[in-house]
Amino acid sequence: MAGVLLRELAHARSGDKGNTVNIGLFPYRDEDYELLKEKVTADRVKKHFAGLVEGEVVRYEVPNLRACNFVLKGALNGGASRSLRSDNLGKCFGANLLRMYVEID
Amino acid sequence: MKSVRIGAGQGFWGDSPFPALDVVQAGRVRYLACDALAELTLAILQKARQKDPARGYVEDRFFSLLLGPCRSRGVKILTNAGGMNPAGAGRMVYDLSRGMGFKGLRIAVITGDDVLPRIGELKEMGIDFSDMETGGNISAIEDRILFANAYLGAGPMVKALEMGADVVIAGRTADPALFLAPMIYELGWRWDHWDRLAAGILLGHLMECSAQSTGGNFGADWWNIPDMERIGYPVAEVYENGEAVLTKPEGTGGRVDLETVKEQMLYEVHDPTAYVTPDVVADFTSPSLQLDGPDRVRITGMKGKPRPQTLKVSIGYTDGWLGEAMLRYSWPQAMQKARKADEILRKQFSALGLRFDEILSEYIGYNSLSGPLAWGEGDDLNEVGLRIAVRTKNKLDAAMMPRLVPPLALNGPPTAGGGGGGGMPRPRELIGLWSALIPREQVEKQVKVEILEVD
Repeated sequence: MAGVLLRELAHARSGDKGNTVNIGLFPYRDEDYELLKEKVTADRVKKHFAGLVEGEVVRYEVPNLRACNFVLKGALNGGASRSLRSDNLGKCFGANLLRMYVEID
Repeated sequence: MKSVRIGAGQGFWGDSPFPALDVVQAGRVRYLACDALAELTLAILQKARQKDPARGYVEDRFFSLLLGPCRSRGVKILTNAGGMNPAGAGRMVYDLSRGMGFKGLRIAVITGDDVLPRIGELKEMGIDFSDMETGGNISAIEDRILFANAYLGAGPMVKALEMGADVVIAGRTADPALFLAPMIYELGWRWDHWDRLAAGILLGHLMECSAQSTGGNFGADWWNIPDMERIGYPVAEVYENGEAVLTKPEGTGGRVDLETVKEQMLYEVHDPTAYVTPDVVADFTSPSLQLDGPDRVRITGMKGKPRPQTLKVSIGYTDGWLGEAMLRYSWPQAMQKARKADEILRKQFSALGLRFDEILSEYIGYNSLSGPLAWGEGDDLNEVGLRIAVRTKNKLDAAMMPRLVPPLALNGPPTAGGGGGGGMPRPRELIGLWSALIPREQVEKQVKVEILEVD
């Protein structure tokens, strides 16, 4: 079984609301949408962000955009204006999601 | 079929005014909508108002640059720059306009989003203000509240346009409603045209963060975005039936295509089937997007559901202090030196009896933007910066901590560059945000729209 970094398959953007971060994940090729849905589950994303995200992770499918939207709760050290972190607005969560290793058959 | 062109002028307080000028001069727009209020901006404005009751609105060069070109081209401006003091912002624009001789210019001021003075009364009515994120009880923060403002919808802004306003100044307003209001006014949309209102909200959402739909902050091939030094802000061409094209002014940089638009479409969105705003619940999984020529994306088929009976109130409260300091080290062993400095500082905190609620050590050049996801151990980096940040309820402790850092240049590991540190930033007050829902009629009954006409 071979594998690639998610970065090879998709691009992403993240943003904040309160103590929650969301990440939009968009495959470069439409045909990879099904693969992303199979591989990039809410569970895997929750594990991927261990140490940064304290709450639950929910995934929404957005078929008209061929995209997934991940909502990460308890992700911002209390929220942008309470956080001690350099990335207090969660702008880098999308890029950090793309560090995930995805196995391909 | 009737249509209207609306442009984006601002994505946050501090955004560049020059792309807004491009929108006014080359965007063929009739309206310019400007979002100046991020979630925490009201905290800054409230502190300004506490020091001087005449302040508390967004004070920048924006209006002095934009008023003239908008006046000469008949472009109307909508903004939430009123912040905590829309009336003060109205007077500022009035004075500016009068100074420029813009006789007859009509400035609308919208008030009524501030619910702070009424929290006690509303609680007695049974409204509990529990936090939407945590479910927490507001009594935990009630004595530390800085501001409490409801997000208003497009209604008061439409009313202002009906009263002949050239400039509409609001305080806290749902960001996309700044863009929706002129669509309702120009295209005659009804308040139960849910699909059209939802289309307007989607377009507003795509424009409220300025260049984020035209190639800014773009995660795919960002290096191919043309002329980012003169990036164009989004312009929407909206039709009576709710169909629309998102584009940007001719001659500007940036790119409008399916990828740049899709990224912004999910930005700061939670459930995409229910994007809740005061005027409509929009379903972002419904529309289809098609490329409609260079830098044009056509959006059709948008669906919406009836508006909620509640409005969201955003409450800010003081929540302690942040103290921070930085120290940079050179190769060789840059990472090891920075880690050693961190160890020394933490021992000194203990020795001095400085007890912090939280200490965060980040290594710039290694993990300050990725935390535990950083790869490797940071061996053999050219340089590493230690940034140490602390949380405390005590302002003096937050101010004291950075003073321990400069001596390390002489007393600690070698090669602390950059003048021995990153300076000594002053402590910053931390602001917690709390969101609650209240019945919309409790807010709507206190909303006022007033017109100032320049004489």
